[in-house]
Amino acid sequence: MLMGYSLADLGAIFAMQGFAGLVLFSVFVLMALGLAVIFGQMGVINMAHGEFMILGAYVTFLISKLFAAFLPGAFAIYFFLAIVLAFIVAGALGMAIEWLLIRHLYRRPLDTLLATWGLSLILQQVYRSIFGAREVGVELPNWMMGSLHMTESIEIPINGLIVMAITTLITAAVYYLIFRAPWGRQVRAVMQNRAMAGAVGIDAGRVDRLTFALGCGIAGVAGSAFTMIGSTSPTAGQLYIVDTFLVVVFGGAQSLIGTIASAFTISQARSTMEFFLSGSMAQVVVLLLVVGILMLRPQGLFVLKLRR
Amino acid sequence: MSDHESQPPPPAATRRRLLQGMAALPALGLLPRAARADAPPTAAVNTTGLAVTDDTVTVGILHSVTGTMAISETGSVEAEKLAIEQINAQGGVLGRKIKFIQEDGASDWPTFAEKARKLLVQDKCAAVFGCWTSASRKAVLPVFEQYNGMLYYPTFYEGLEQSKNVIYTGQEATQQILAGLDWVTKEKGAKTFYLLGSDYIWPRTSNKIARKHIENHMKGTRVVGEDYFPLGHTQFNSVINKMKLVKPDVIYAIIVGGSNVAFYKQLKAAGVDLNKQTLMTISVTEDEILGIGGENIAGAYACMKYFQSLKNPNNEKFVPAFKKMWGEQSVIGDVTQAAYLGPWLWLLTAQKANSFDIDKIAAASPGVEFKGAPEGYVRIHENHHLWSRTRVGRARADGQYDVIYETADLMEPNPFPVGYQ
Repeated sequence: MLMGYSLADLGAIFAMQGFAGLVLFSVFVLMALGLAVIFGQMGVINMAHGEFMILGAYVTFLISKLFAAFLPGAFAIYFFLAIVLAFIVAGALGMAIEWLLIRHLYRRPLDTLLATWGLSLILQQVYRSIFGAREVGVELPNWMMGSLHMTESIEIPINGLIVMAITTLITAAVYYLIFRAPWGRQVRAVMQNRAMAGAVGIDAGRVDRLTFALGCGIAGVAGSAFTMIGSTSPTAGQLYIVDTFLVVVFGGAQSLIGTIASAFTISQARSTMEFFLSGSMAQVVVLLLVVGILMLRPQGLFVLKLRR
Repeated sequence: MSDHESQPPPPAATRRRLLQGMAALPALGLLPRAARADAPPTAAVNTTGLAVTDDTVTVGILHSVTGTMAISETGSVEAEKLAIEQINAQGGVLGRKIKFIQEDGASDWPTFAEKARKLLVQDKCAAVFGCWTSASRKAVLPVFEQYNGMLYYPTFYEGLEQSKNVIYTGQEATQQILAGLDWVTKEKGAKTFYLLGSDYIWPRTSNKIARKHIENHMKGTRVVGEDYFPLGHTQFNSVINKMKLVKPDVIYAIIVGGSNVAFYKQLKAAGVDLNKQTLMTISVTEDEILGIGGENIAGAYACMKYFQSLKNPNNEKFVPAFKKMWGEQSVIGDVTQAAYLGPWLWLLTAQKANSFDIDKIAAASPGVEFKGAPEGYVRIHENHHLWSRTRVGRARADGQYDVIYETADLMEPNPFPVGYQ
């Protein structure tokens, strides 16, 4: 399919295609990071992850309405406030859910699966009751929706750049929290040996609650960011959940580095193949590759050594 | 149906009828029974045991109000309720007020079949207005044929179906597609087309028809690309790049649901200006624009039979009535209008047949005209689809369409198009 085009055209397309791959990579990392924190550090399979993302999107929607109504002059920058609030709201809900529901089920991983799936249904219906079944349109400031003209034929979407920036920030923050800050040491200690961590005076319950809240908060940020590229409706979270689990499982559930590596592999494979094959076929090929690799390496790309 | 006639009515129905009778007692002394005087006797209009009494007739509404499809089907429910209310306000059907029983298909096809069975077997509905996706229609079709019910189906769809027990009030694929392709080729001088779709039966069949028309029935036009994406796909950057390389004259998009929002947002973000790049869609009504955002799709062309901005006396009454009932903010898309036609067509058919019997309704349907349709004039074809005009609208930033073209003649429905399969 590349015959008959000028070199300049091809060069421009490869540049933009490379960028599209990077954007997809950022999107995958952003949506998987929250799940990886919860799944990897706590062993809880959070089926309601998508609904926490959509909560972030609805927070963004509400903030945009508030700004349009009361602070139209500051509309251009409402998005930054929305992202912070999305983190706080989703994190707070996560904390409440952990206290009400999850903490009773730590010894029953399969039950958390069912419980969080039920939670996702409940949240969907709550959104439907509050915001209506229809999609809501989140109006974005004009500067966020355009593209940068690099050359005649290379155009870089600004929203892609913003997603990349948010992903970089969040990833750096999570890395710092988990691997550098004292709190992260406690999280990892609880993950590696809960009884021992308790014996040396770590409040495992509190660590769990904060970890779950952090994961949900990151999901909220992701949802807020995705209002730039996707839809906001009660069930839109379901659109992301399969890819999210794919990335986390493929990367090796306990490893944040693995999540990032797996997001990179899957996003590059998909974006390249979507260019040469039809969208559905690209999906099929990528899934086949993932299944094949997981058959050879059932533990995922990266594994941490754990004491069980 | 013979076994239905021999069965006595279930006790619940008898009790309900008794209660209704008692509730009506006080009114009897006060009101003249003018409306009832010309109502034909129940035994004459209902020989097959449908839920028809001396003053009411029961119909069903069967849509998803929960689950994924609630986004799309809510408008249809609202339109059907509006039509029923208006019909009741002008005296009902054959002198009987319409009562409706609403069931929720919950975006789940087996549930649709089960609820359809309930509406027909238990409630004995004289007509059912419902379904939205082809999958749900395919699920209920055997039920309607087995229990001899009547379904009014509102969505534009891929065709390849015809049933005695269904009236299709939306357009089938050739009605929606051919006129739009002819128009864009003539008006825009389009030579090359890029076909896009969500990966299921309707976009695939529609694009197949579009491709046949482009390659075999128009001169000098060709398809330069065709791509499908799983339902719910949210990443379109790669295909947008592909289209930038191929530079088609027309992007022909049949993407549905949440994917729509992602597609148009990313198209705009990638610097594709829809005022310069011609894009035609048959899947984005005013309803979908609510989620996409008018600013992201302004300039695109949509090809369907109804737009809210349509200027004719019927529509100028219909739009305010709809907004009065469902709120100033509500918008009306193609399918919502088609759903509104259902109860009216049923009323007109029942009047023509002077009966509620399903067989008589089915037989009387062809030739029934509805001059009060918001889209203008429609008539039921022998194949139970509607003759209707096809229109091209151009999306504005405020989420409405400017109607810029309509076919001079009614388009004939042709659910089994020869040479297009």
